[in-house]
Amino acid sequence: MEILVCARRVPDTSENEIQINPAGNDIERDDLVYSINEWDNYAVEEALQIVARVGGSVTVVTVGGQDDEEILRREMAMGATHGVLIADDAFAGSDARGIATILKAFVQKGRYDLILTGVQADDGGAQVGGMLAAMLDYPFASLVNGIEVLDAKKLKVTREIAGGNREVSEIDLPCVLSIQTGINEPRYVGMRGIRQVASVPIPTPSAAELGIDPATVGHAAAKVKRVDYFVPSLGKGAEMLEGSREENIDKVIELLAAKGGLK
Amino acid sequence: MVEGIQSVPQVASALVQARILFLIIHVLGVGCFGYIMARRLAPLFRAERDLRFDRPWERLGKVGKFWLGQWRHPRYRGAGIMHILVFAGFILLATRAFALVLGLADSVAVPESVGHIYDVVKDYATTIVFLCMAVAVFRRLVLKPPRYAVPTRYGKGHPADAVFLLALIALLMVGDSLFAASKVAFQAQLGQREDFLAVLSLPWALKHVLLSASLPALQEIHFGGFLLHDLTFFFLLCYRPFGIQFHVETSLFSVFFAKLDRGTLKPVRWGVPDDQLEQVKSFGVKTFENFTWKHMLDFYSCADCGRCSDNCPANAVGRPLSPRFLTIKARDYAFRHYPMFGKATNGQALIGNLYAEDEIWSCTTCGACEEECPLLVEYIDKIVDLRRGMVDDGNVPQSLQKPLKSLESRGNPYGKMEKKKADWVRNKEFEPTCKVKILDGKNGADTLYFVDSITSYDDRMQSIGRATVRILDHLGVNFGILGGAEKDSGHEVRRFGEETLFMALRDDNVEAIKESGVQRIVTADPHAYNALKHDYKDIPPVEHISQVIAREVKAGKLKFEPTDNGSVYTYHDPCYLGRHNQVYDDPRDVLDAIPGMKRVEMKRCRDRSFCCGGGGLMLFYEPKEEQRIGVRRVEMAAEAGANVIVTACPFCMVNIEDAIKVAGLEGKMTAIDLAELVDQQIAREAPKESETAVLVGG
Amino acid sequence: MTARIFAYIMHKAGVADDSAAELVAAAKKIDPAAPPTAIVIGSGADLDTVCASVCGLYAEVWKVASDAFAYPNAELIRRALVKVVPAGSVVLVPHEHFGIDLAPGLSIKLNAAFVSDVLSIDGSEGADLKVVRQEFGGQVSTHVRCNLSSGAVITVRPGAFKALDGAPVAGSVVDKSGEIGALTAGRRYLETIAAEAGDVDITKHAVLVSVGRGIQEKDNIGIAHELAEALGAAVSCSRPVVDAKWLEKSRQVGSSGKTVKPKVYIACGISGAFQHLAGLKGNPFIIAINKNPKAPIFQVADVGIVDDILEFLPEFTNKVREMHSVSVK
Repeated sequence: MEILVCARRVPDTSENEIQINPAGNDIERDDLVYSINEWDNYAVEEALQIVARVGGSVTVVTVGGQDDEEILRREMAMGATHGVLIADDAFAGSDARGIATILKAFVQKGRYDLILTGVQADDGGAQVGGMLAAMLDYPFASLVNGIEVLDAKKLKVTREIAGGNREVSEIDLPCVLSIQTGINEPRYVGMRGIRQVASVPIPTPSAAELGIDPATVGHAAAKVKRVDYFVPSLGKGAEMLEGSREENIDKVIELLAAKGGLK
Repeated sequence: MVEGIQSVPQVASALVQARILFLIIHVLGVGCFGYIMARRLAPLFRAERDLRFDRPWERLGKVGKFWLGQWRHPRYRGAGIMHILVFAGFILLATRAFALVLGLADSVAVPESVGHIYDVVKDYATTIVFLCMAVAVFRRLVLKPPRYAVPTRYGKGHPADAVFLLALIALLMVGDSLFAASKVAFQAQLGQREDFLAVLSLPWALKHVLLSASLPALQEIHFGGFLLHDLTFFFLLCYRPFGIQFHVETSLFSVFFAKLDRGTLKPVRWGVPDDQLEQVKSFGVKTFENFTWKHMLDFYSCADCGRCSDNCPANAVGRPLSPRFLTIKARDYAFRHYPMFGKATNGQALIGNLYAEDEIWSCTTCGACEEECPLLVEYIDKIVDLRRGMVDDGNVPQSLQKPLKSLESRGNPYGKMEKKKADWVRNKEFEPTCKVKILDGKNGADTLYFVDSITSYDDRMQSIGRATVRILDHLGVNFGILGGAEKDSGHEVRRFGEETLFMALRDDNVEAIKESGVQRIVTADPHAYNALKHDYKDIPPVEHISQVIAREVKAGKLKFEPTDNGSVYTYHDPCYLGRHNQVYDDPRDVLDAIPGMKRVEMKRCRDRSFCCGGGGLMLFYEPKEEQRIGVRRVEMAAEAGANVIVTACPFCMVNIEDAIKVAGLEGKMTAIDLAELVDQQIAREAPKESETAVLVGG
Repeated sequence: MTARIFAYIMHKAGVADDSAAELVAAAKKIDPAAPPTAIVIGSGADLDTVCASVCGLYAEVWKVASDAFAYPNAELIRRALVKVVPAGSVVLVPHEHFGIDLAPGLSIKLNAAFVSDVLSIDGSEGADLKVVRQEFGGQVSTHVRCNLSSGAVITVRPGAFKALDGAPVAGSVVDKSGEIGALTAGRRYLETIAAEAGDVDITKHAVLVSVGRGIQEKDNIGIAHELAEALGAAVSCSRPVVDAKWLEKSRQVGSSGKTVKPKVYIACGISGAFQHLAGLKGNPFIIAINKNPKAPIFQVADVGIVDDILEFLPEFTNKVREMHSVSVK
């Protein structure tokens, strides 16, 4: 099975302190540590496990610039066969639809049985996978936390739905799935593995090579644009207790009693 | 008329078959043994290389101390003394056995005095060995010391086999004694001059029993005794390589080739320098043949005594690790896959088949097992090699992946920012009391205080850092810290098998250290200490703060206020300060220099100290265990009658303070770091009135 | 703004989801002059019940009935929507497991813009709609402009828009079932596997002591259990605790876990990611304890304490126990 995983390089939320820059138009990026979007990493691991079961290969693709190559190398160190960086100045400022347009062009240049993305990144968009599927007219399932290959034409997928329940469906190949965290336990990628793939060539197709009309992507074509970053004025929020720990505990017990929280 | 009991060669000469018989026995025996040894050595020729032929005099010294001197044995008093007696007996009797086999006994002339002493000694040796065998059988069958027990997951024990071997040795003694006793009984009955038999020895006793036997019977017994001894000897020779008794042959070599330097780790591949490691296809031990020949020799040399597992903290709390079975399973694997007859089968993955992942990740590398083993079997290198293999395959527990990723991107396992590494010295209350230089090119110093990650970033451990710098300041040391340029020492990174990441951290640190121009390094973190001392090369010499303080105390430059709060202190030896680097006395000397100090020792102290649970990456690992290792240790402190545990390692502090809470001893037991206690007790001059800074007490 | 606004109504077993009312409020922010139309898709008597109840919120309710919709399969439903929704419309969908499945693809097929997980709507400016979203796990907010000239599909964070007060509307149902034709999709629903019951049903407790990542390790969860015991409460948790396998899934509060309606919710070491808060309904009294003063939970909590839960909780438990022993005497 030929599997394509669409991945993104993002600031690692848990290892950074996200602060707005003085101009207010972006976050402070100087000291940020970047890594592959956590959801996409689960997707790559899932792809590798599927291929280990049924054969085939895994390609990881990202839309971006030189800096984004590092996540491709990391996933290749993990076991992906191919890494592709789609880069072109025309792509700058693309919204999610623009990214999906770019990826669609790439998918159509190859032959992939299964396309995986992560459910979302920390920006909570959760959109590229669904858009890509619709553009390609492939069936789609989001929040996937279980995949079983039924045969060369069909998968059984489990989706995460409310209350911890799981929705089981059958889906035709080729299809697009967005993968939820916790579906597997991603293997470790050590520094040595990354060094070993340091000089593997990574193709970098441009808009022209993929037959993408620049008018359909990029900042001008984007219908959704981020204007700025801000931290909302804290408004009401919680009543913060400022006393000593003992005083705070006493106050909490008082409030609990009032609210009926003490038996 | 019979002249004298005929000697064996005489009998043999009379009976051509007998001569041939013994020839056959000897040739077969030696031949079999040779074949068996060749098969046993086979896997060692497929193993990885191990450079163990250097420093031969040091190695001979170890042979003298640990093999001949049986140095480790008395650590378990009863069994140890028995073994020393049996071993001594064997050495003494071996000369005699060889002489008998080669038919030299009667023909070699020995000076009379030596001969007499030897005669006395040999008889008692025989007797003592025999009695020891009886006691040993009693221990095995009746007393059943718990460390011999085989947990069900490791299969069945082999008590019958153990007793069988003990019985065979006893039989050796009996055969020998019968041989001697029958001759003397013969001589006695005929009124001839009797050969010497030591009073109350086994042969002496048997002689008295045989006094009533007929002369022809005695002749037969004489011959039979020899035959018995001969057969048993060769049987044992060929049987030993099939079980734990193989250590009789291999122990000399396992001790000679033992590791000479504590606290060090074997490189990924001997003979492959760091810059050529990229060419190595596979890191670590994944199959049996990836072990070095010395490690395979270790598997053969294990006597299954259980002392290692008996002292293993992981084993004590029910983690799936038992060092003893790590070795025995590997030995059985070798026996199975390199059989006496037929082809060797090899290449099976060890993890998942022979060993479980958790088994290997459970080890805290405390070194208690290695400290205990009488045969100097090594464990830490093997575990690290197995971990290297798992890391190479991407098989790392999820709980460890996050800190490893953080170490890679931020140089510390907490994911905190580099530029905040020195924030602990810029603390609002602390900074005015003690200015700490950051060695960033603009500032220089002759001493580096290597802080390491936990002391820099952990709210609680920062107080150890502050106490340390206050001490250095008080001593007038010209020191500084590296701040953001300091990366994690990588000590646990290396011991958890991530060699490449370790090398990256090490190289960055070495560069920063060299650029700072310091002449010496001080640290309060024993893991950093061990790393800088043993894992790093070409850097200035490093000391632990306890060594610095002890020196100043002995020189009279450091005085302490008395402690008068009535607490009873006990010192917990951190594994990487104590056992791995043998710094036991300095911290104790420091404590004892505090007037009014009431200090007790825990039963398990110094080189028998019980690990707190492990440091570095081990704090992130989620083991399956019945109890926390630290809780055990805290219970030991309570048992010793202490209510304050002093330690000299931030990781010990984490584990012990945590354990105090979990054990429900909050309020009854506290922990304090040596540096914190010293800082608290230093007799300082009262600050001059013009100074506004306040020295914060500990 | 002349685009028609539609609200997709989530429902189950004849009951409309709370989001039905929230979407009315969201629609009003987009265009107060354009009352939204509800779209309710399903089958059987349950569908009719929902339509009837939603008539109290929406002037016009479009009903699309078919046996194919016995189970809400997003792939099929999307195709139905594409048949009935006029070009250039704005479609509002709640941002949860169904919306995530449906909305992005819908926006492509409607050739409309798409913006997801909107927290507030600031109104229009020309052809642009100004909305607020969050990024980086809720640590920062962003103003986003969405061009509505060819319509838009917008998913709305559940609970972000408060249902409006006001007299109920007397809406009418329009049956659009005939317009969809035969539908097929490459994804077919098979079954739903219910979550494992677990030993404790957190939905039945009036007081919950909930732990998040701040509990740091499995062994520390004991301190939460102790507090819960002292309070007569149950222990629940956020997703990371379940992912780390420290507690069973049945204890998870959140959009992918359980929805709870306790009287009191004590959030210990929980950052306050919206997926977790989405499981908290009924306006409980929230007490939050967290080491990080900037944790988003302090925005939604009633009372906040910046402290280390590993130290705070045991002391808290002791105090509660003391109190009980005093009162018993």
